[in-house]
Amino acid sequence: MVELHVNGKTHRLDVDPERPLLSVLRDELDLTGSKYGCGEGQCGACTVLVDGTAVRSCILPAGSAKGKKITTIEGLELNGHLHPLQEAFLEMQAMQCAFCTSGMIMSGAALLAKNPNPSEAEIARQMEGNICRCCVYPRIVSAIRLAARKGREVSQR
Amino acid sequence: MKTPAMKTDDILWEPERYELEAGPAYRFETDRREFLQLLGGGILLVLVLPHTADSQQESGRRGGGRMPQDLGAWLHIGEDGTVTVYTGKVEVGQNARTSLTQAVGDELGLPPSAIRMIMGDTDLVPYDAGTFGSQSTPNMVPQLRRVSAAARELLLDLAAENWKADRAALVVSGGKISDGKGHAADFGSLTKGQKLVKTIAANTAITPATRWKLAGTSLPKVNGRSFVTGAHRYASDMKLPGMLRGKVLRAPAWGATLASVDTSAAAAMPGVTVVHDGAFVGVAAASEAAAERALAVVKADWKTTPQPSDSELFDYLKKNVRQGRASPANASGSIEEGLAAADHKLSQTYTVAYIAHTPLEPRAAVAQWTDGKLTVWTGTQCPFRVKGDLVEAFGLPENRVRVLVPDTGSGYGGKHRVLAAAEAARLAKAAGAPVKVVWTREEEFTWAYARPAGVIEIQSGIRKDGTVTAWEFHNYNSGAFGIRTMYDIANQKIEFHATQTPVEQGSYRGLAATANHFAREVHMDELARLAGLDPMEFRLKNLKDERFRAVLQAAASKFGWGRGKAGGGRGYGIAGGFEKGGYVATCAEVVAAPGGKVQIVRLVSAFECGAIVNPDHLRNQVEGAMAQGIGGAMFEAIRFADGKNLNPHFSSYRVPRFSDMPVIESILLDRKDLPSAGAGETPIVGVAPAVSNAIFDACGIRLRGLPLVPKTLPAKA
Repeated sequence: MVELHVNGKTHRLDVDPERPLLSVLRDELDLTGSKYGCGEGQCGACTVLVDGTAVRSCILPAGSAKGKKITTIEGLELNGHLHPLQEAFLEMQAMQCAFCTSGMIMSGAALLAKNPNPSEAEIARQMEGNICRCCVYPRIVSAIRLAARKGREVSQR
Repeated sequence: MKTPAMKTDDILWEPERYELEAGPAYRFETDRREFLQLLGGGILLVLVLPHTADSQQESGRRGGGRMPQDLGAWLHIGEDGTVTVYTGKVEVGQNARTSLTQAVGDELGLPPSAIRMIMGDTDLVPYDAGTFGSQSTPNMVPQLRRVSAAARELLLDLAAENWKADRAALVVSGGKISDGKGHAADFGSLTKGQKLVKTIAANTAITPATRWKLAGTSLPKVNGRSFVTGAHRYASDMKLPGMLRGKVLRAPAWGATLASVDTSAAAAMPGVTVVHDGAFVGVAAASEAAAERALAVVKADWKTTPQPSDSELFDYLKKNVRQGRASPANASGSIEEGLAAADHKLSQTYTVAYIAHTPLEPRAAVAQWTDGKLTVWTGTQCPFRVKGDLVEAFGLPENRVRVLVPDTGSGYGGKHRVLAAAEAARLAKAAGAPVKVVWTREEEFTWAYARPAGVIEIQSGIRKDGTVTAWEFHNYNSGAFGIRTMYDIANQKIEFHATQTPVEQGSYRGLAATANHFAREVHMDELARLAGLDPMEFRLKNLKDERFRAVLQAAASKFGWGRGKAGGGRGYGIAGGFEKGGYVATCAEVVAAPGGKVQIVRLVSAFECGAIVNPDHLRNQVEGAMAQGIGGAMFEAIRFADGKNLNPHFSSYRVPRFSDMPVIESILLDRKDLPSAGAGETPIVGVAPAVSNAIFDACGIRLRGLPLVPKTLPAKA
């Protein structure tokens, strides 16, 4: 039995604690926004937040997330409002096929939470583990910068 | 089960067959009565393609119970006013859902939100060969415009008749028709519960680009919100009640055949279904982990055969030309005379490696059998081809297979054929329950098909003044797309030679145009140096095509071609060409020194593909292609030996990442006087030659093989 706190809800699940968190999220909880891209922690499509840190859920045993606060792309909206980075991805059209988008947004959200004003070089370094095969990278950098700028404007009000 | 694997012959000619001829392997008919019942009341507009007048008559003779065979598109306006468009094209990230919506909205005066686009559902949409070859924009956009324009005209007729109004005074806007004198009605109410079916011809007038309102604007991705929230369900995200997960036994090497197999241990596991049918061995179980455990206890013996390795690849291709399979030569003048007239001659060989599409969503399918009818949800560029494969594999009547394609996690030419569909279907049939098969990344790298490798030999001659006098070009295996030179050369001979291929190969973004442009544009750079001319000046000297000249000049101007360099091992390169209706020119700036790594500092491309349908999405495609092109140009290559893929992981097969991105700029030339062409492919072709030429400019090292710099440059030129 593994107890997981996902997007503000607690789930008691009869699953092997060694099973990857991604598989539990997708197949047991039907939270399919987190994607399987490689199963080896190489592409970032499965990125979720565990206690605010971006992790590769495809290689994280579900049991090790026990008692921690897990946020997936489905839990990023707050009171019906998109997260500023979700808004920024739409505004910059920072996607094509969008299969990487959830993972990009989760990695970017974790980055912004720690560094509200990242430079382009800092974004590239922090996001290096996320692959976009459509190679929309420059737009993703722009979206993160846009969300950062909007975040600063909000905090200065 | 009949194995859906293709014969060598088909594999060889796959790119040509699917992108040049695009002839349907199957033609499926839809029962009109069934279809109309499904739609309910309202208006149905059906576009008949011009070359199919015969089949239309034939279907008429059969009593009208069938749809004409070659239909381009259809559009339905329901009694509630809902406008639904049906097209065989699919959405794989190129934003066709959005651009097609724009075309319909323009003709019907509707906002995008009022249009429902049904894409790639083989039970509901007209036959379509597939989404490839940059054909959605030049072919499907005009087709949808025609059905939409015809719908608008029909609604105007109805309104004029109802109100006894002057038809010319009626206005169509916001989903309503009004006469300005108090009469107004929405589309649905005008149909008055009737069921109207109108077949229209392909020459129906459409709105010219100069009068577009919705098209020509940067409408955002119409279903964008569902992607940023994670709500969109790709095929790999689908879940049906009682669904099992499937896994398939793979050979240890390409070309290996199953000698014997013992599935008894797997079959003894509770809840596990095992299928051994011909070459197919697979398992289905309640969870992916359970299916993996079951597959792990399947004991198989394989018979392997000797397979070529990548170290001998280019020799192999040259030695294994398939006799009688050369393309007809594009020839004019005499190579001998052209060379005799030359002051400088040059013979060089260029090579390109096999590369992987490795779309981020791997191949996936969910299959379900209901009362003998097979329904498969999958991510593919060719739903009707996948349907045809299933019809053949299971020996089913055509109306017993339905393929649906949710918006898919990319393809780049790599998802024409999707074996996961037949795999899931075979397991579902045996298990008596829906089955989902999702390929692992390793399966995707190893058992999908690759972009063809190739060897290109060029022999040429120039006069002292820089006029190219002779051009002989031979491409072995990589394909014939973009093989002709755009330069004006009196004496030329250009041939494609099909060869055996040790790696299964197929389509790819731009396909052979990348290899052919790479060889041609690097060779042109070499000739410019021989002539002592600036590479840009040399190109223009040998080039009359105004559209090509325009993109070269636009890219060079934006880039600052001819301006002084910042120094420090910097080099500039330029390259360009034409393919699939689009013209591209790319300038590259690199920092490179012998023995070191290469940094691409800046890429600037100019692109022109006629009238621009959606400027922002076009820019996204152009810049995405440029960035993706960096991978094939610099470091991507499938390594293989003894029939094994040696780098089937993202950790060993490097794809472009954030840190690989240079400054990327694009200039889009909008030609409203020209028909719109597709843009998904051609912007990739200039990157590799521009970068190679820039590396030579920086440090004198001439690189003639792709990938150019998997690690570091050679120590000396």
